[in-house]
Amino acid sequence: MSTAPLSRKPQARIGVYVCHCGSNIAGVVDVKEVARWAGHELADEGVVIARDYQFMCSNLGQELIEADIKEQGLTRVVVAACSPHLHEATFRHACQRAGLNPYLCEMVSIREQVSWVHTDREQATAKAKALIAGGVERVAWHEPLEPLIVPINPTTLVVGGGIAGIQAALEIADSGYPVILVEREPSIGGHMAQFDKTFPTLDCAACILTPKMVAVGSHPNITLLTYSEVERVDGYVGSFQVTIRKKARYVNTETCTGCGLCIEKCPVRVVDEVFEAGLGYRKAIYRPFPQAVPKYPVIDTVHCTYFQRGKCKACQIFCPTQPKSINFEQKDELIQVEVGNIILATGYDLFDCRRIPQYGYGRLANVYTSLEFERLCNAAGPTGGEVVLRDGVTRPKTVGIIHCVGSRDSKYNSYCSVICCMQSLKFAHLVKERTGAEVYNFYIDMRTPFKDYDEFYQKVLAEGVHFVRGRVAEVTDAARHPGEEGKIIIQVEDTLIGRQRRIPVDMVILSAALEPRRDAQEVAHKFGIACSTNGWFIEKHPKLDPVATMTEGIFIAGCAQGPKDIPATVAQGAAAAARVIGRIHQTHLALEPVRASVIAERCSGCRICNNLCPFNAISFREDLGVTEINPALCQGCGTCVAACPAGAITGTQFSNEQVFAQIEGLLMLDFSGKPVRRLEPLAAAEPAFF
Amino acid sequence: MKYGYYPGCSLERNAIAYHESAMAVAPLLGIEFKELEDWNCCGATEYISLYALPAYALMGRNLALAAQQQLNRMVAPCSACFINLAKTDKYMADDPRLARLVNEALAAGGLHYKPGSVRVRHLFQVIVEDVGFEAVAARVVKPLYNLRVAPYYGCLIVRPTLQQLFDDPEYPTSLDRLLRVLGAKVVDFPVKTHCCGGHMTQISEETALELIRRLLKNAADYQADMIVTLCPMCQLNLDGYQEEVNKRFGTHYRLPVLYFTQLMGLAFGLPPNVLGFGKEFIDPTPALAKIGAEPPAPEKREHPSKEALPMPAMPRQDGGKP
Amino acid sequence: MAVTHAARAAPASFLEEVIAATPGGDPRLDRCIQCGTCGGSCPSAADMEHTPRQLFALIFAGMRDEVLRSNTPWYCVSCYFCTVRCPQDVHITDIMYTLKRLAIREGLYRESSATEAPAFAETYIDYVENYGRSFELGLATRHHLRHHPLGAIKKVAFGMELWRKGRIDLTPKRIKNMAQLSAILHKAKELEAANGRGGGA
Repeated sequence: MSTAPLSRKPQARIGVYVCHCGSNIAGVVDVKEVARWAGHELADEGVVIARDYQFMCSNLGQELIEADIKEQGLTRVVVAACSPHLHEATFRHACQRAGLNPYLCEMVSIREQVSWVHTDREQATAKAKALIAGGVERVAWHEPLEPLIVPINPTTLVVGGGIAGIQAALEIADSGYPVILVEREPSIGGHMAQFDKTFPTLDCAACILTPKMVAVGSHPNITLLTYSEVERVDGYVGSFQVTIRKKARYVNTETCTGCGLCIEKCPVRVVDEVFEAGLGYRKAIYRPFPQAVPKYPVIDTVHCTYFQRGKCKACQIFCPTQPKSINFEQKDELIQVEVGNIILATGYDLFDCRRIPQYGYGRLANVYTSLEFERLCNAAGPTGGEVVLRDGVTRPKTVGIIHCVGSRDSKYNSYCSVICCMQSLKFAHLVKERTGAEVYNFYIDMRTPFKDYDEFYQKVLAEGVHFVRGRVAEVTDAARHPGEEGKIIIQVEDTLIGRQRRIPVDMVILSAALEPRRDAQEVAHKFGIACSTNGWFIEKHPKLDPVATMTEGIFIAGCAQGPKDIPATVAQGAAAAARVIGRIHQTHLALEPVRASVIAERCSGCRICNNLCPFNAISFREDLGVTEINPALCQGCGTCVAACPAGAITGTQFSNEQVFAQIEGLLMLDFSGKPVRRLEPLAAAEPAFF
Repeated sequence: MKYGYYPGCSLERNAIAYHESAMAVAPLLGIEFKELEDWNCCGATEYISLYALPAYALMGRNLALAAQQQLNRMVAPCSACFINLAKTDKYMADDPRLARLVNEALAAGGLHYKPGSVRVRHLFQVIVEDVGFEAVAARVVKPLYNLRVAPYYGCLIVRPTLQQLFDDPEYPTSLDRLLRVLGAKVVDFPVKTHCCGGHMTQISEETALELIRRLLKNAADYQADMIVTLCPMCQLNLDGYQEEVNKRFGTHYRLPVLYFTQLMGLAFGLPPNVLGFGKEFIDPTPALAKIGAEPPAPEKREHPSKEALPMPAMPRQDGGKP
Repeated sequence: MAVTHAARAAPASFLEEVIAATPGGDPRLDRCIQCGTCGGSCPSAADMEHTPRQLFALIFAGMRDEVLRSNTPWYCVSCYFCTVRCPQDVHITDIMYTLKRLAIREGLYRESSATEAPAFAETYIDYVENYGRSFELGLATRHHLRHHPLGAIKKVAFGMELWRKGRIDLTPKRIKNMAQLSAILHKAKELEAANGRGGGA
């Protein structure tokens, strides 16, 4: 809560700096004239010096400001240059070095808002002058502010136990800081645990993943919460309060030895839609795969006979521990943890190939998705690693592999899924190796950009795989010519010879697109971040800051941010971890003091603002009968400021006085440069009106 | 439910069986038709091959007349007429320059059309969307038990999608479902939206015959007794040219090709003489004789072998949960 | 969103000419990535000199004459498989109609192997422009007698069968307000000629 603001315009000594930005601004705006005008016309408003300079952001430019602050006794600075997104920090630091509070510096954008969007030199120059006049009027009302310092809790929450989350968790834990790793499946491992071999090295996925999984499971600094989900997130960077639901496994993890007898004896067999991608079975009590971390099984109550009909209990009966480790009475447990930073590494879902009926998936038995095929190849998979048709027995003699299924298509996903070409080459190699079958790869472009990727393509070329450049039109069982009966026909234009071909095969593998998780929007909302139009989590800057988000303290890593291969995923997990470790080291974080605050004397307690805050920063003080805003949670969006009917909420850096002053400044000139009569200054005690 | 009716040139004579059977079943479905006064030919695929604007103006006259006669809900039984009219409406809405020029041409005849004022749908689409499968089922008194039918949609009722998405453009199931509701056994017919060749029978008979052969072969491979269609062009090509296909390729297909309205009429207990029977090249009598009075025994569910891998769940074609 | 691509400046290339001559919103031909889905889907591709994709590549290369001489557009059956499957949303079938119109205007269709197709269309249109309806018997007779009189015998037999089954009219029907339709079509042709070749409306 702040005191009532000043009621008359403060005296100021203002320096105005107009940047040429090379020819970016000077090419359209007459910067010399603008500086001259500001120094002359705005002298009454407090401007004591106005300069123009080639590159204000350069060291020399900054030194100009610093020197003037010291020698001219400036109390306010206005820099007319590029967008504050780029150099606000630069100029604020320059002021700070010269002993001026950084929040007494205002940037006016005459590049993005003037020279980059207008071509008429006269009008652009007039607009630049108006904007600067607005900045000058406004900055007089700025108050010195101090950033909000918040402590950083050294514990980190990592959401998602795939390779991205595992990498991040291990790096932070190895640095000596505690990590809570939450994973919603019964075991960590993610999609990588489903794969057989990984490109380009053809490393066995489990062989390189399981050591990290074991490390996570046994690390003293990692609290592993599997079969758990985040329910709710409150708080802000440095102190998030997170509510986690530990779903009931119905297995007592204190006494369970992981012997697996319960699994053996369970009479209910169901299709495993998650780990086996629908290609294999599991029991109602199960571990997703043999190397699961942790080793404790879970009971799927939807299919368990006891939970559905009150009978069976075979798992409990056969459990050898004393006391029995199966506990049907177990309940979900809600726990609250406090963490300083959060890393979201929730991964991807595979495109549903049933959406492309002409590819036959779901109707034709021997059409597989990429994940199904990984399970087929995997030695721990439903066929023990045998590449066979869906009858479980027959080896294919000809296999077709289709790239870009559901990717690069305006009807499904317009983006490229990054890994499918390499994956398809890998499949080609594995099919050749295991079956000696004829293999056809159908592609539009061959995308093999990273280290050792093109060499992998060369290797597969040398293995005699047939490559057809053409996007497959149809996969069908409707035979047309002799030789097609009983086969699956791939119909495609072989664009390099310009002819339509029908190629009979026994088996088809669809390299399906990577898509955001089906609940990505929900998850984003829960953590206060956003999703792009394609549904991936949005990074702070696509090139310069891919693991941070616009929300302080929340980081993203791995495929949750967009499709990528394992090396890039690991790099992002490590990057996110490094950022977090850096934050923890700093022990405290300075938050921008751009915040709203309630003027207690004016608050009537109507509570209209209470439910408007997108950051849950507003609460009502019953004891005082007024509303209060938590400055650490507040992001300064201004929604409550606008909504308050009594004008009782003001925003630092966006107070009523500052905004009205800016408008006055803008209107001081009309756009041909003629000064108009100046509006009477509004008494600051007047409430907002419309 | 009242609809404007645009028969199109084929329904007048060549596909009069379609027209008669449609008129016969309409009252049983609560549908009342009012024929568009003085409608002209939609131009098929010919007019637009020579002229663009005149082709749209040709179709535009029909839409303008419909609006004038207050027939804002129009039904076209022929797929080509349907797509031409619907496409004209949509393109005029999407392309203001086209709309302006078409209206300038229409003005020469004292007409005007505002895009979006008339909604044209295919007869089959109206039965599915407005009448509904339940209402159709309620009228069935003589289920077509034991009759194995291949549902042939042809292209233009499902493509281009024109953002209407009536049914899937690759693998639609509404006709399958309707025929099941009539009691027939519907065979899987993967080429159900493949082209019958259209006017290629006149331009390059060889090409057309090959397209027709593919359809007949697939229906025969799946042991269909007959093919059911919803477009006069498709019916003529598959029916009228079947013998020519046999001669050219040495095949022996004898698959009658009937309109879905004819089968609906039979299932509703209407006598064949009001349903336009007797005009077919391939006699449907032997196939129709298979219709039994008793529902067929439920098919034994094949238990997959021990080694077989599970298949992904697919949506059921009767609209129930998978 | 309705985009009127026809508002582009006078076409500088054959590609732009084709785009401008295709009504119904932007046909997006310039977004083609040559993936081959159209050529792979086309039911009559085997009879075409160029697959649809190849034809578009020729358009990009500015090979106007070769494109307009090609029999490809005439073998298009308007099944729209290509249009519906194209990952870049190119209005392929509509472009085929444009190419037909352009080929006729240039007379280049005569040098393709599908010389009859335009004649068939012309005969069809003749009836529509005189009667307001199509007339199958007239159409078939005139067309086949003109183009392959020997093969016409078989067609006569077919025609007889149709007549016996009551599926063909011996005389054409005429709409009542033929004058209205004529006026409209006449005006439309005028406007088309004034606004550019090949239609493009």
